[in-house]
Order: sequence, then structure tokens, then C-alpha cells
Amino acid sequence: MSVSRRDLLKKTLVGSAAAALPLDAFKFLSPEQAKAALAESPHRWGFLVDTTKCVGCGFCVKACKKENDVPYDEPITRTWVERYVITNDGEALVDSPHGGRDGFTEKKVMEHDVDPESIAKAFFVPKLCNQCKSPACVQVCPVGATYQTPDGVVLIDRSWCIGCGYCVMACPYGVRFFHPVHKVAEKCTFCYHRISKGLKTACVDNCSFGARQLCDLKDHNDPYTKVIMTQRVAVLKDEYGTKPQVFYIGLDKEVR
Amino acid sequence: MTEQLVVHGLEWTEKLHFVYPNEFIYWSIQIVMYPYMTGLVAGAFVLSSLYHVFGQKDLKDIAKFSLVFSLALLPVAMMPLQFHLQQPIRGIHVMMTPHFTSAIAAFGIVFSTYAIIVLTEIWFVYRQYFVEQTLALKGVKGAGFRRLIYNILTLGAYDLSEEAIAADKKGVKIFAAIGIPVACFLHGYAGFIFGSVKANALWMSPLMPVIFIMSAVVSGIALCMLTYIIIMEGKKLAASLKKGKSDESVKVIAGVEMDVIKKTSRYLIGFLIAAITLELLDMIFRGYTQMKSWDILREVMWEEDFTKIFIMQYGLGNLLPFLLLMIGKPGIKRTGIALALILFGVFMMRWNVVIGGQAFSLSFHGFMHYHMPIIPHNLETYKEGLFGALTVGATPFILFYIINKFVPSLKTSN
Repeated sequence: MSVSRRDLLKKTLVGSAAAALPLDAFKFLSPEQAKAALAESPHRWGFLVDTTKCVGCGFCVKACKKENDVPYDEPITRTWVERYVITNDGEALVDSPHGGRDGFTEKKVMEHDVDPESIAKAFFVPKLCNQCKSPACVQVCPVGATYQTPDGVVLIDRSWCIGCGYCVMACPYGVRFFHPVHKVAEKCTFCYHRISKGLKTACVDNCSFGARQLCDLKDHNDPYTKVIMTQRVAVLKDEYGTKPQVFYIGLDKEVR
Repeated sequence: MTEQLVVHGLEWTEKLHFVYPNEFIYWSIQIVMYPYMTGLVAGAFVLSSLYHVFGQKDLKDIAKFSLVFSLALLPVAMMPLQFHLQQPIRGIHVMMTPHFTSAIAAFGIVFSTYAIIVLTEIWFVYRQYFVEQTLALKGVKGAGFRRLIYNILTLGAYDLSEEAIAADKKGVKIFAAIGIPVACFLHGYAGFIFGSVKANALWMSPLMPVIFIMSAVVSGIALCMLTYIIIMEGKKLAASLKKGKSDESVKVIAGVEMDVIKKTSRYLIGFLIAAITLELLDMIFRGYTQMKSWDILREVMWEEDFTKIFIMQYGLGNLLPFLLLMIGKPGIKRTGIALALILFGVFMMRWNVVIGGQAFSLSFHGFMHYHMPIIPHNLETYKEGLFGALTVGATPFILFYIINKFVPSLKTSN
């Protein structure tokens, strides 16, 4: 058989392209899987934080770390609580020691002794993943390892994440970090393993003051969805166009 | 033994005031090296193309060298990313399952396209040489392996007729021409990776890709010139040791060297001016528009990172070499110093963009400082520390040494 050089090159090219395709590319979905992948979910998970109710006890942070196997003493956390102390002359002092895990028992804020008389206002703000409608983290993941579920939660595939950190950089809220054990990107999932079974998130269940509430934004009878619909609520950093789905009552301009 | 938990970034990040708990300097020295190395690749290629496409005859001697050098730099553009990944073995996923809304996903495609172009162009430039070597080494004792390599490199195209050589030249021109936009794209898109991160007030700018391209060309040309000077000085030294300082061959080498360097300097200065203008425009624009982030950016620029930005980058890395090249008639030594400073300046620019972009908290309430690990005590501090960076920096020179054994790029035309 005679093969011209041109033919050889052509065939080599086609052959190597074919060999480069992973077997995963040929996975067939069962009709149920395909239907589930296409169907619109009846839920859209959202979250309501009433900062006026938060006392900074840190139980939510504790519960989250334990529920989600986030190393307890390492300085990374899926959720945290910030303390804001605004003085009479407008200076904002902010801190969150251990993510607020052990509560705020220290009077000093950021190593400042604050004279109680000089405080104009002070409050706590719990933070967690905003499960954005247009998540920047999902957009920038180069391998599609982070994705949005049909019910609106952004998740990470630990078996596929390459650990480049682009999602960590892209998130305007600083909720992402690298899991010290799994060595992949990590973040709050609204306790997806719980909410998809009808439970509440660990932080909601452990908040004795009702400052944190999970809600289904598609269910207009959901009491907390009603609050979001009928009262004046705000979101964090809406200027980035990510359409965050964690709504806050009692935000302040110093909160970013 | 239980493995000690490593929180990525904790080791080298120092936090000041309020910073979100999960914020660390996640992109460290290797991500500084990444745009720096791709910049050198792109710049070296553009320099060679100035001759091959636009017929800038004064660049003939350095063109071959910079083309081969850009090949040696090519694999090194990927190295820092591999060093940086938390899951380096999965790096190939970027090629296998690219997620095209991500700027990084295009890396595999752009990078491979560019690699193919560089390799093809080099093949066209050197095909005649490969054939000649194959013929010349026929029957020479002890040269069997060398001949085999050259034989393979010819890819079976032994035709040395006039038409075939003309076709080679045409091939070079075509691939050099396609290569310019691809090289610019390769690097401009490295700028896009940063410029499109909307969460980061310092990076987010449509000018970022253009700034990256300009400074890439600057650093690429500077590195080619500097390497060229070092090699020619070595040759000069060897010649003068062999034949005495006043020998004609020493003067010839010195003459050729000065000539090439003088001509290339002109292009370097042009691109340097363009790069600085764009960078200053970006900064002035931010200062003038005073968006929400300006307060914290100003603090980073004028207080936290003042030395790194204004003294090391603009002063030592831009202004001083500019003066050294512009005032009077710079000799080889002065040009060499200016070139080293320019390379340092571009490195500092990458540093100030990558590390500077993470120097402030997304809360705008605090700062982060990066302390580069010097002596490694585990894999992470090696990979993302001084020694990891040095490994990346040294590799192209080793590769060039090997490639140059088979593809000699330093022979001058006269």
C-alpha cells in the first residue's frame, strides 16, 4: 500500500484527535437523567438575613464547620459573622476573629480600644455564599467544575476541580477558599445535602434568633419569600451584576 | 503520621485591618511568572517577525535567534501554571473539557496553535540546513545519531531545488505573518484573564490586554538583546583568548554585535514608550474618575506599595533605562544594564498587577501583604516560592542550549 506524505499527515492528525477524546465524552444519559437535566426545578433557593436579629454568638459558624467537614481550627470558613462598630466621627471598625466562630467576647475591635461613649452604632452581619443568579465563579471556571444546579445553588465537583483559583479571584464576596484536605475550591452550598431532603441549612437550624432563614423564592407562600417580596431588602455588592440571592434586612453603607 | 493541613496562602499572607476570613494571596509568584514568561515568548516572536514579514533587514541576525529562543521559551509559559495548580495532574482537563465562558479555557487552544506556528516556521527556516546536514554527515563516523536526528527533522522533504527553497521562504513569511496576531492574542489574552475579573478593582480594565501586549514585546525584545549580548561577549572573549585582543576577528564580532544592538534598540524604545503611556493612562483614568474603589487603590499605590510601583517599576525599570538608552551614545555595557533594568521593570509590572491586585481586601477595609517563601520547607513553599520561580526562569536557557545544538541560531550573515 502506498501512502503519500500528505495522506500520512492527515491520518495522523485525525487519529491523534480521536485518541485525545476521553471516553467520558460518549456517556449516554438515561431518559430520566436527560429529563432531569432539562426540566426546570420547582424550587429556587434563596436566603434572608435579618441583621437586626443577629447577636454575633457564632453558633452558625460552628454548626457549619461541623456539618460540612471544614477543618475546625483552620482560618477558613464557609460562613462567617462580621462585627461593625461605627464611631461618632464616622470611622468604621470591622472584625471577624475566627470568622466569628467563638462569638465576640473581646471588647477590642481590630486591636482598638473603643470608648463605649464614642460608638454611634454597632451591629453584626452574617455572610455566606450569595448563590448568585449570574455567578462570576461559574463563568470563569476553565473546566466546568463549578456549576449551578437547576434550583439555583452553585456547587463544586471535587473530582474535577483543577485548583487554579480563578473562581476564588472572581467572587466579589470572598466566599471561596481552597479546602485544606481535598485541595480544591470550596464554598457554602446552602447545605445542599440537607435542603434537597427538605431540611434547613445547619446555620439556620442553629440560629436561635431567627437571623438566618432559608427560603424558596419560587414559593410565594414561603413566609421568608414573602418578607423579601413585600419588605425593603438589600443585597451585597449589586454593582457587579452577579444578582446575589441572599437578601439582607438592615444593611449599612459600610457593609461590603 | 497525619498530614499537616495546609491552608493555601496562609503561609505567605499577612493581613492588616479587616480582611474577609477566606481572603489570602491565592495567586502568588508563579502567577507573576506566567504572564512574564508568555510575554517573553510573544515578544521574542514579534521581534523575529519584524524581519520575516516586514523585511526589516537590520534585524536579520537577531531574527533567527529570537525565533529559536521563542521556541525555547514556549514550554516554559505553561510551567508556572502547572506549578500553581492545586491539582496539577488534572491540568489536562483544560484541554479535555474546556468550559468556554472562562478566559482560561482558551489557553490550551491558543497555546497549541501558537506552538504549531512557531514549530512550522522554524522548520521552514531550517529545512535547507537539515537537508544539508543529512547529506554532509553521510558516512561520517560517530555522527550516526546526529544524522538520524537531522534526517527525521527534514520530514522526508529533501528537495533543494530553487523552487523548493523559494517555497520555504514563502512558508516562513506566511507563518511569521499569522504568528504575529496569534502571539499578540496569546499574550493579550493573558491580560484578558486579569482584566476581566470584575471583582478586582485593580485588574478590571479593558486596557489590560493591550498593556500586557506592549510590555510583552518590550520584555521579549529586551531579553533577546541581552542574551544576544551575553553570547556575543562570550564569543568575543573566546576569540581574544585564542588569537589575542587586537585580532581582526574580535573586531568583527564587536562590530556586528554593536550594529545589531543599536538597530534593535530603536524598536525597543518605541514599544517601551507605548507601554508606559498606556500604563499611565490607566492610572490617571482611575485617579480622575474616582470610583468607589479609588480610596483603597490610592492607599495601595501611594502608601502600601509605593516603593514597588513608583521606585522599582517606573523609576528603576522604566525611567532609568529609558534615559540610559536615550542620552548620548550608549555602548554595549550601558545598553546591557538598561536591558537588565527593563526586564526587571516588566517583572515588577507583572508583580504589581498580580500581587498588587490582591494587596487590598474585597471589603475595602484592609490590606494583605505577600511574603514570598525563600527557603522551601515543603512542596508548596518550593512550588510557590523563590526556588519554584527560579526553576521556571532557568528552564528556557537550558532548553535553548539543547535546541541550539541542532538548530544553530547564532551564526551571523557576514
